[in-house]
Amino acid sequence: MALRRVLGPGVALGRRSCCSKRPLPPDFVEALRAVVGGPNVSTAMAVREQHGHDESMHTCAPPDAVVWPQAVGQVQELAALCYRCRVPMVPFGTGTGLEGGVNAVQGGVCFDLSRMDAIAELSLEDFSVAVEPGVTRKALNSHLRGTGLWFPVDPGADASLCGMAATGASGTNAVRYGTMRPNVLNLRVVLPDGRLLHTAGPGRQARKRAAGYDLTSLFVGSEGTLGFLTQATLRLHPLPEAAAVTTATFPSVRAAVACTVQVLQAAVPVARIEFLDEVMAGACGRFSGLELPAAATLLLELHGSRHGLAEQQQQTEEIVRLNGGSGLAWAEEPEERGRLWAMRHSAWYAALALRPGCQGYSTDVCVPISRLPDVVVETKRDLQDSGLTGPMVGHVGDGNFHCLLVFDAQDPAEARRVHAFTQRLGRRALAAGGTCTGEHGVGLGKRALLLEELGQEGLDTLRRIKAALDPHNLMNPGKVL
Amino acid sequence: MAALRVLVGVKRVIDYAVKVRVAAGGGGVQTQGVKHSLNPFCEIALEEAVRLRERGAAAEVIAASVGTRLCQDTLRTALALGADRGVLVEVGEGAAPGPREAAAALAALVGRLQPGLVLLGKQAIDDDCNQTGQLLAAMLDWPQGTFASRVELEEGAVRVEREVDGGLETLRLRLPAVLTADLRLNEPRYATLPNIMKAKKKPLEVVGASELGAAILSPPRLRVLKMAEPPGRQGGERVQDVPTLLQRLRSKGRV
Repeated sequence: MALRRVLGPGVALGRRSCCSKRPLPPDFVEALRAVVGGPNVSTAMAVREQHGHDESMHTCAPPDAVVWPQAVGQVQELAALCYRCRVPMVPFGTGTGLEGGVNAVQGGVCFDLSRMDAIAELSLEDFSVAVEPGVTRKALNSHLRGTGLWFPVDPGADASLCGMAATGASGTNAVRYGTMRPNVLNLRVVLPDGRLLHTAGPGRQARKRAAGYDLTSLFVGSEGTLGFLTQATLRLHPLPEAAAVTTATFPSVRAAVACTVQVLQAAVPVARIEFLDEVMAGACGRFSGLELPAAATLLLELHGSRHGLAEQQQQTEEIVRLNGGSGLAWAEEPEERGRLWAMRHSAWYAALALRPGCQGYSTDVCVPISRLPDVVVETKRDLQDSGLTGPMVGHVGDGNFHCLLVFDAQDPAEARRVHAFTQRLGRRALAAGGTCTGEHGVGLGKRALLLEELGQEGLDTLRRIKAALDPHNLMNPGKVL
Repeated sequence: MAALRVLVGVKRVIDYAVKVRVAAGGGGVQTQGVKHSLNPFCEIALEEAVRLRERGAAAEVIAASVGTRLCQDTLRTALALGADRGVLVEVGEGAAPGPREAAAALAALVGRLQPGLVLLGKQAIDDDCNQTGQLLAAMLDWPQGTFASRVELEEGAVRVEREVDGGLETLRLRLPAVLTADLRLNEPRYATLPNIMKAKKKPLEVVGASELGAAILSPPRLRVLKMAEPPGRQGGERVQDVPTLLQRLRSKGRV
C-alpha cells in the first residue's frame, strides 16, 4: 500500500500478518497439475503478479502458483490438496476489488475461477438464476436481454457476480433494489477442506426461508476467508417500464444532502440518487465533455410505469425546488440516460485526471441518513483544512459516500495527511452510528477500524466462526480479521 | 404521413455471446440447443420504426421474418419491443434462406402489405452479408439509404444520414424507400414484462413461402462445401540471440 510504503513500516495500518510465508512443499505443483492439467497451472512470475493485486493501492503480493479449475469438482480436489499440505488459498474472480482482497500476503495458491462461467437454472417465473464465478454482471444482463428481467446491483467495475457476493457489493441501484445480500438466494460453497456446502440447501431458491441459521448471509461479504463461492443463485427483478434521469444543482452541499433526505422521507421510490460535490461535478463534466456546473449536484433516476413516473417526477421537482435546487431537465431516451450514468461511473478516472501522475484512494463510509448532512459537511471542512484533493461522490440514498483522494505518493507529508484524514473520517462515521465500509469490504486496510466498529465481543465472535470453518487459517489469510 | 406503414425485417441469429462451434461433418455450425436472439442491427431498425410511430410520424409497425417456425419466438420479441403485428414467411426445415431468398420474400410481402417504408438491419451477425436491403431495393425499384445513422421523415420523403468511408453523407429519398440501420442510429429499448405479456395477444401471421410466389422457392445458388475452425495455436519458441533467430527463420523457409 502506497501509504504504508511512504510512512514506513513503523506505522501500524492494521496488524501485520504477512510475516509467515512458507515455501510450497516439494512436488506440490505437480500434484496441482495432476488435478487440472498442465495448461491450467502457472508459476510464471508475470501471471502470479497479475493475480497478486486488484484495483486498490495495496502493494502487489503474488501467490506462489495460479490454477484455473474448470468445474466445481476440481475446486474441491484442489482445496482438499491445499488443506492437507497446509497451503494458503486465495479465490480470484475479476481482480477488480478495492481493498486488496486478492493480494496473497502469505503466498499460496490463487484459484482463478473465471473459466467456470455457466449460467444455469434461469427461471423467468421464479425470477432467479444461478451463475458461476466467470459470469460478470454485464454478461448476465446481456444474457437476460429480451426476458424483461435484470440484475440491478451495479458496482463501478464489470465484476464477477460471485466476487460481488464475496464482498457484499453494492452500486447505484441499491437504494431501491438492495445490495448483494438481499439478492443472493443460495450459494454453492467449497469449504477450505474441499467439502461442498449449499447454504440454502442443494437446488433450492425459495424467496424467503426460516430454516436454520442464515448461512447464505454469512458467506456474503466473507471476502474469501470462509470458502470459495463457486455458484450464486441470484434474485432477478422486472425491468422498469419507464425511466427518467435528471441532474439538479444546489447552492450548498448541505442543501443537496438535505434534499436527498427529504426525497426519501417523502417515500418517493427513487431508483438511484447520487451526490457529487462541486469539485467532482466539475471534474466529471470536464472528463466526459458534458456541461455540468461546478456546484453540489444530485444525479437522480426514477423507475416506474408511465403514469407512476410522472407522479414521481412532480414530487421530486417540488422537493428539489424547496431546497434551492435548479437545472432539472429529465432525460428519458436510453442514449441520454446512458451518457449521464457513464459520466458518473467514470468518476474515479475524472478524479485522477485532476492531478495527473498521482495515486488515488477511495474512502467508503456509510452513516444513517439522519446524520448524513452533518457528516458530509464536516468531512468537506476537514478536507479543506487538510489541504487535500478529495472530490466527493456517493450513493447518498444509502448514506454512503466516497472521498476520492488524489495525492502524490512520493510526498510523505501529503501521504501522512491523507492517512490521518481517513482515520478521522472512519471514526467520524463510527461516532455517527455508521460503518467504516459501506460496500468495498474490510480487506487488508480496515481491520483496525473493524475492531472499533464491532467491539471486542463482535470481533471475537467472528474469530470463533472463522476458526470453526477454517481452523488452519488457510482461506485468504490476512484479510478481514 | 400519419397513414405511413413501416415494415421491419428481423432475423433470428445465434446470440452474439455464444462460442460458435463447427457442426459434426463440417457442413455448418452447431445450432441445436444453442441460444438464439434477434439480430442486433434488426433491433436497431425496429427501435427506429417504433420511435417513428410513437412520435406520430408512422401509423403501424409490422415485423417480418423469413425462416422456420422457430422464428416465431423472434417475432414475439419484436412484438414485445413495440411492433404492432408480426408476419413469418415460413420455409422448410433445412432450407436456409440467404439474402436473395429473404429479399424475394420481403418483396412479395411488400406487394401484399403496401408499406411506405422498409427498415432492415444493415447486416446479420451470422453471415455478415450486408446484401438483403440492397437486393430488396433493386427488386422493388425503390431508392435505398443504407448504413443509416440518422433518419428524419418529411412530407413524402425521408432524409437519411449515412455512415460512409469518407464520413457522413446525407441523402433525401422519395418514399417509398428501403433503409438499413447502422450501429449509431439509436440505442434499442429492453423488453419489459408488461410488454412481453401484451405481445402474446398481438397478431402473428404465418405465411407459407409457396403462397407468396415462385421467386422464393427457386433453388439457392450458393452451397456451403466445408466449414472448419482455424488451425489450433502452435506453441512459441524462445531463441537466445539474433543469429539464432535468423537461422531458425531460414530453416522454416520464412527468409
